[in-house]
Amino acid sequence: MGSLDFARGREVGRSLGRLEAAAKVDGTVEYIHNLRLPGMLHGRIHRSSIPHGRIVRIDTSAALAVAGVHAVVTADDVARLVPDPYYGPAFHDQPILATGKVRHVGEPVAVVLADNPHAAEEAADLVAVEYEPLEAVFDEVAAAAPDAPVLHDELRPAGMFTDLKHLAGRRDTNVALDARLRSGDVEQAFAEAEHVFEHTFRTGKVMHAAFEPMVTVAEPHAAGGLTIHTASQSPSFVRSEISRLLGWPENRVRVRTAFLGGGFGAKLYIKLEAMAAVCALLARRPVRIALSMDEQFYTITKHGATVRIKTGVARDGRMTARQVETFWNGGAYADIGPRVTQKSGFSAAGPYDIEHVALDNYAVYTNEPPAGALRGFGISQLVWAYERQADVIARTLGIDPLEFRRRNALRNGRPHATGTVVVGMEVDAVLDRLAEAMAWDKPFDRGTGTIRRGRGIGIGVKACVSPTTSTAAVHIYGDGSCAVHCSTVDMGQGSDTTMAQIAAEVLGIPTTDVRVVHPDTDVTPYDMATLGSRSTFHMGNAVRRAAEDARAQIERMAPGATSFRDAMLARFAMQAGTVVGFGSYAPSYQKPDPETGLSANITPFWMLGGAGAEVEVDTETGRITVTKLVNVADVGRAINPASVERQLTGAAIMQLGFTLFEEMVFSDGQVLNASLADYKIPGFLDVPRELTGTFVEAPHPEGPFGAKGVGETGIFSPSPAIANALYDATGVMLYDMPLTPERVLRAIREAGGRPLEQA
Amino acid sequence: MTHQRTLSFTLNGRPVTATARTHETILEVLQRDFGLFGARESCGQGLCGCCTLLVNGTAVSGCLYLAAFADGAELVTVEGLARGGTQHPIQCAFVEKSGFQCGFCTPGMILMTKELLGRHPRPTDEQIRHYLSGNLCRCATYPDIIESVRRAAELV
Repeated sequence: MGSLDFARGREVGRSLGRLEAAAKVDGTVEYIHNLRLPGMLHGRIHRSSIPHGRIVRIDTSAALAVAGVHAVVTADDVARLVPDPYYGPAFHDQPILATGKVRHVGEPVAVVLADNPHAAEEAADLVAVEYEPLEAVFDEVAAAAPDAPVLHDELRPAGMFTDLKHLAGRRDTNVALDARLRSGDVEQAFAEAEHVFEHTFRTGKVMHAAFEPMVTVAEPHAAGGLTIHTASQSPSFVRSEISRLLGWPENRVRVRTAFLGGGFGAKLYIKLEAMAAVCALLARRPVRIALSMDEQFYTITKHGATVRIKTGVARDGRMTARQVETFWNGGAYADIGPRVTQKSGFSAAGPYDIEHVALDNYAVYTNEPPAGALRGFGISQLVWAYERQADVIARTLGIDPLEFRRRNALRNGRPHATGTVVVGMEVDAVLDRLAEAMAWDKPFDRGTGTIRRGRGIGIGVKACVSPTTSTAAVHIYGDGSCAVHCSTVDMGQGSDTTMAQIAAEVLGIPTTDVRVVHPDTDVTPYDMATLGSRSTFHMGNAVRRAAEDARAQIERMAPGATSFRDAMLARFAMQAGTVVGFGSYAPSYQKPDPETGLSANITPFWMLGGAGAEVEVDTETGRITVTKLVNVADVGRAINPASVERQLTGAAIMQLGFTLFEEMVFSDGQVLNASLADYKIPGFLDVPRELTGTFVEAPHPEGPFGAKGVGETGIFSPSPAIANALYDATGVMLYDMPLTPERVLRAIREAGGRPLEQA
Repeated sequence: MTHQRTLSFTLNGRPVTATARTHETILEVLQRDFGLFGARESCGQGLCGCCTLLVNGTAVSGCLYLAAFADGAELVTVEGLARGGTQHPIQCAFVEKSGFQCGFCTPGMILMTKELLGRHPRPTDEQIRHYLSGNLCRCATYPDIIESVRRAAELV
């Protein structure tokens, strides 16, 4: 690698500030959160109070009696407009409003529409629902068992993903996908291995907590049509799904977004859009549904997971076999869970060259709120397991943890467990940078007395989701100015500026002269979604191609013109006309074999992230203080280096929260800490004294200017790095995240032969 | 039963009046009557700082601050910091150091910085962290926010 022929231009590779900086600091930046329309009604959701049960009766009379209430919408009203009201990207399993039964606490049962939010809130509490409770199941392993209570009568794959088709019509199961990978012969390899290590790791459920809570405003048009203003990461998908539900052509549904106040995967696919659309069509007025922070806890979460991992190791410390069985707690509706299961599941061998691999992944329905994508799409749950185990292996065999990883690294040109030959993944460069940043070869003071110090590392890999499509248009206007039209959503990651830099590089103009038009399905062309660190690579390529197309048209149209303005004048004789360049990008892909999971082309690019941590552990309280945290990413090439670093330090801190204290606490399906008062997220005082986000560059042959995605990379490895540092400091081994002081203290006392009493 | 009352207060330097119901927060009045969205509700419990505004020079959580209390007070929102089209030095510092990502928490960070610098013109890093610890950023842009505050202290 590194021989790619690209010109170092003036715009790509610069740490430019955000195009929208001024609007963000003066408070005027546009969020859908701010949108108010004339005659708009406010929708407030009445939610299920039980985890599983049949709906016997809904009494809306008290709610309707509240002054200002316009209507109370239930499943019966929805059915008048949408006879088959089930939606979802993987399965058509989630009703717009609970239909016949409820499957999790917090499931929307009715929506009150009122002329002000206070009346709507008051009335929503007055909706009275009588349930006939059903037995519920919460644990992902228990829910996968044959005798578990079943949530859905029949599995209904959405049809978008062909590898889910075989599940159609399956009954009496909560397993929404069983995805497997078989490479080599693990049983034989375990029999021949010098050492076999077997552990079970768990991660709890956590939540995105995007600061702009989910919000959708649906606006019906008298002529028959609908505009949906929504804080969504996937406007194109919203349009297809809403039109499918309504039985309309896509051209009658317009979906637009603005800047998002955070997304992190929460605002993907459909969330409030179908509900708001139906309410608006029924009421014939615009309807705004805006969640509170508390409600977000009942809307979408990250998957909790149970990971059983078994690894065979040869005498020389090389891993020869790995078997992983992962149960993903998908909650009551599949959302994108079956994709998490398959797309992340196949990466459980990690960035390692292991000959014999057997992986089984189960997407499991439970009576908890639905789980979907959260920055990393299941990768961090797996890295938690395989990188914790890596340190156990290394320590047991007396090999330095960094050396152990080097010895087993999967290098370019070698086949990944899927069979795809690895290209553009720089394991050695990432480990070298990590070693340097952690001063790994220097002596380390482990402390004495009650404060013990330790350090640890981890490294994880993700295959970018495939196949997906991005399209973009670059417009050159009559005065020569330029706008990029693309449906990538800027939710804080800085995609507007990145796309502008790519277009500017091609067009030979300053980035600040490029305007980026925000997603509006009437205006901006299709994009699969802003997810999975795919935008810089996929949309970046589409924008690059669109800009090249526009430039080529201009050059043909007015050969010899020295500026776009002159070219347009030469062609149109006045300030007039538009040149539209179009670009599209969809990587090549080979579907995995349904039996073996093998594919010669599973992904367009690999994302590699290493992390290092130094911690202080108070052995009397169990409190861990992370004093140093380093994230190293392999980014291909950084389009905007400062923006990349900011994504890496931001991801490090977010994952630090998931590692040390963030956890949704459940009791019979009820979230006990559904608010920022009880569910703490990292603040200034949690930021490690030393925090580094850094990257290595080796231009990817297919990336735009060599770039790969990076939004998730910093999430992969901080958790095992911190837990391995705890292990280094105290010798205690924790299997479950988060590493709360109580868990740590119990483990320390247990190891010291003085166990604490169970609470 | 809801009661309405008429409030008079100073908003970003101008005397204004507004009518509010007794249960309404100042955020609702700023958004509905004045089209100001810089102070914005996120957690709804006064814990995240996104709704921060200054009342008589002191930062308050707008999501918990009843509109009725604003009667006679002097209110400043992030929209009121610029002077004659020129950004306030704190805003300049946040732009220069890119102290934001999604931007939702940014007005709160800026107003809390204003209060901090009013009391500690040359804050230490510890003072910055402690003073801003009631303002959260889910993008976790904290290192760049700290840089921005340091820079703001130089510019103010």
